Amino acid sequence: MADAAAPFRIKGETGEWEVVVGLEVHAQVVSNAKLFSGAATAFGAEPNTQVSLVDAAMPGMLPVPNRECIRQAVRTGLALGAKINKWSRFDRKNYFYADLPQGYQISQLYHPLVGEGEVEVLLDDKDETSTKRIGIERIHVEQDAGKLMHDQHPTMSYVDLNRSGVALMEIVSRPDMRSPAEAGAYLRKLRSILRYVGSCDGNMEEGSMRADVNVSVRKPGAEFGTRTETKNVNSVRFVMAVVEHEAKRQVELIESGGTVAQETRLFDPDKGVTRSLRSKEDAHDYRYFPDPDLLPLELDEAFLEDCRKSIPELPDAKRKRYELMGISPYNASVLTAEVETAGWFDALLATDVDPKQASNWTVAELFGALNRRGESMAESPVSPAHAAELLKLVADGTISGTIAKQVFEIMLETGDPASKIVDERGLRQTSDTGAIDAEIDKVLAANADKVAEYKGGKQQLFGFFVGQTMKAMQGKANPQLVNERLRAKLD
Amino acid sequence: MSLTSKTIAELRDGFRAGEFKAREIAEEYNAAVAAAKLLNAYTVETPDEALAAADAADSARLGGDLKPLSGIPLGIKDLFATNGVDTTAGSRILEGFRPTYESTVSGNLRKAGAGMLGKLNMDEFAMGSSNETSAWGPVISPWRRKGSNVGLTPGGSSGGSAAAVAAEIAPGVTGTDTGGSIRQPAAFAGICGIKPTYGRCSRWGIVSFASSLDQAGSMAKTVRDCAILLEAMAGFDPKDSTSLDLPVPQWEANLSSDLKGKHVGIPKEYRIDGVPEDINKLWDQGIEWLKDAGATAVEISLPHTKYALPTYYIIAPAEASSNLARYDGVRYGLRVEGVKTLDDMYAATRADGFGAEVKRRIMIGTYVLSAGFYDAYFTKAQKVRTLIKQDFAKAFEQCDVILTPTAPSAAFGIGETTDPLAMYLNDVFAVPASLAGLPAMSVPGGLDGQGLPLGLHLIGNELDEQTVLNAGLAIEERAGFTARPEKWW
Repeated sequence: MADAAAPFRIKGETGEWEVVVGLEVHAQVVSNAKLFSGAATAFGAEPNTQVSLVDAAMPGMLPVPNRECIRQAVRTGLALGAKINKWSRFDRKNYFYADLPQGYQISQLYHPLVGEGEVEVLLDDKDETSTKRIGIERIHVEQDAGKLMHDQHPTMSYVDLNRSGVALMEIVSRPDMRSPAEAGAYLRKLRSILRYVGSCDGNMEEGSMRADVNVSVRKPGAEFGTRTETKNVNSVRFVMAVVEHEAKRQVELIESGGTVAQETRLFDPDKGVTRSLRSKEDAHDYRYFPDPDLLPLELDEAFLEDCRKSIPELPDAKRKRYELMGISPYNASVLTAEVETAGWFDALLATDVDPKQASNWTVAELFGALNRRGESMAESPVSPAHAAELLKLVADGTISGTIAKQVFEIMLETGDPASKIVDERGLRQTSDTGAIDAEIDKVLAANADKVAEYKGGKQQLFGFFVGQTMKAMQGKANPQLVNERLRAKLD
Repeated sequence: MSLTSKTIAELRDGFRAGEFKAREIAEEYNAAVAAAKLLNAYTVETPDEALAAADAADSARLGGDLKPLSGIPLGIKDLFATNGVDTTAGSRILEGFRPTYESTVSGNLRKAGAGMLGKLNMDEFAMGSSNETSAWGPVISPWRRKGSNVGLTPGGSSGGSAAAVAAEIAPGVTGTDTGGSIRQPAAFAGICGIKPTYGRCSRWGIVSFASSLDQAGSMAKTVRDCAILLEAMAGFDPKDSTSLDLPVPQWEANLSSDLKGKHVGIPKEYRIDGVPEDINKLWDQGIEWLKDAGATAVEISLPHTKYALPTYYIIAPAEASSNLARYDGVRYGLRVEGVKTLDDMYAATRADGFGAEVKRRIMIGTYVLSAGFYDAYFTKAQKVRTLIKQDFAKAFEQCDVILTPTAPSAAFGIGETTDPLAMYLNDVFAVPASLAGLPAMSVPGGLDGQGLPLGLHLIGNELDEQTVLNAGLAIEERAGFTARPEKWW
């Protein structure tokens, strides 16, 4: 495995190059209503069924800020340790497009709601020291646009305004990332925090989160190069691919005597390449100015305090808490990455299981099973209570680890509690020495040759006898007792 | 005396006393409206709506369930969205547009029992001072110069509104004022018109021109009528973020022309060159009338006055250029077909749909907001606007109300003013109060040498519509302005 601490370099003909990456992440705010209207925001509704007069920009309609969207953005800022601006303002970004009914997007250019913050990313799950801080420059709230549909009619495009006016947070990073992996780690971490906070569902396939990827290259330590911006990249994998591809493309371009143009590009996921969308010369003049329909947004201390109180334990704090409980850094990291997983595991911990064993079982057994079944943690057929019972049956010797695996498989299929399965199927571990002795005698008798070999010094055969005895007892024998009795008879 | 020559207060009181029925009022007005087509004051006539409201008022009277405006039919400026009735803002780009919603202000009037006679013609998107920019042709003022039959403008942008009241084809009307659009036409037409403090009336459902300046107001024959209407129109509206969350004062009940202890500010910067002698004489007369009512006149200074007009003509077009972007042919209104690309459709639709003055202001607005010019124009204008507000705040430490002329001229002839800059000068006295968001009113003071009405302009402190109305009443009582245009239509 590559050393995470080694800097990422692109090897060009003229030497090594460094990539510089900044991300602008657009995250859809979790809220029942749009940023400036009461229309609903559910994904996947029939076209134009979630459109108010305001969203359609009918004459004389006015925006009214939705407090909940503002609250979510403030909570996000607080979770990123960012400065919350008690005074912010909305600006209009003017341009014409068929998916933009007002002819302008209400956004925040001059006075954003949230100022500077940062995200700490872990570059290697197994190495606690492989952390890096990525700066957040600002977070502002803005309206989403509608959607054009080009495949509904032979000569016309249709417009669906369901998304028009939905609240987005634009989270702008500093150009602090230096590799595809760092960009990926940052985006994953950001997504994780937003999902913990509940301010964005992080669903990148549905477009709830998408990134504009700013990439430039330079000789290590030199001034920043000219950057390109690749728009609307909608998965962590694609973001990493964009960084990788853009860096290589720019290096090749520069080394072959060209210059990087400041331009907007699009990612083609099928070909894995970016292509030019428009150059700086064609860039719109958005004519930003303060929206005169809206008063400045002023937040009082009580509101901020309510927001602060509503922030749950965040992934980093949770990870540290888990580690203090004796859970390995790797387990702590994977258990806290997703809010559903952490919630599930917290519920398991609340049942008084041994944290370390519980974490090992969860990461190895439960994750393995869910992976195999293609299920998410939220879909897990095994509840934390049921898992706790299973772990307790093993801990108190009621069943063996081997039987526990069988019981777990049945739990996955039936959803039944472990005790019910153990009782109904007679899987309880036996510590009946008489029965164990009887089976040991049969095994030894049937394998007289191996007994002789063992006694002749082939000590490793001991495991074979244990296995045969366990098998004869359908795994239900207390393995410790089997060991003891075997030693008594053989040694 | 015909019903159409009565004031709103007289109609209200007579109707309540059973002297005449609401239906009679509506029928008489409907007939007057139908007979006044030459004025081109209405773009849509809604006689049935007027009758329906009248019948409801007559029933309410029998049931003892009268509302403040029961029995009163009104004209509504075409900038207000009216449910199921064409609302075009005087523009071809909204030809045939029929809202499915009712503006808060016109809705408030309906809830108060008022009926609607029709929609009133106006300058396109309220951009103009003469009503000549309307896509539906200019409104012709009912007034004429002595011995002349030259068609005069009623002023603008609420020109249809002003003409309707002057010609007695509506007892009262709604107007909107962005930079004088209620007050200048009120002065030209010899009627009263008040624009309240910015935020008193909800802007919800009023087609936006310049959001930070637009404010609805009332126009009628008398100060009292303006107060009655404004009380019904105003009020907090959670659908407009800039609406003021304050109770509506009882302006009518508190009307008083006794100005004892009040100070009237006379801004020296409003004495400008080129203003006809008649107007300055009327101004001096106004000062005397207010003194006679018990007030003390004080000279005040509003030092940034000369920057008000240029500031206004940066801020208003800037906001308008953005507010009018929604008229793009995609969802409603005019769309020019038969072009290849979306951009071509925008260009063709907007080229066809907007008139010259609207295009001019969109271009000015786009220019002052564009990269490289934004700070020099827009940011600078915002700063000057703040200074102008401060001028007024300082002045109101010395006085309670400010008196000036409403407009620098009487009504002019249709087609006489072709230079846009000369046209913009019409609002030189009106614009500063708009930039400061202050309540202001025009009250008729007399006739000029040619027999045309001249207005006096009162500017009040923030939220102090009452003092404006009271000073207006004091002038009204002393001016004894009873002149009405001689019917030629």
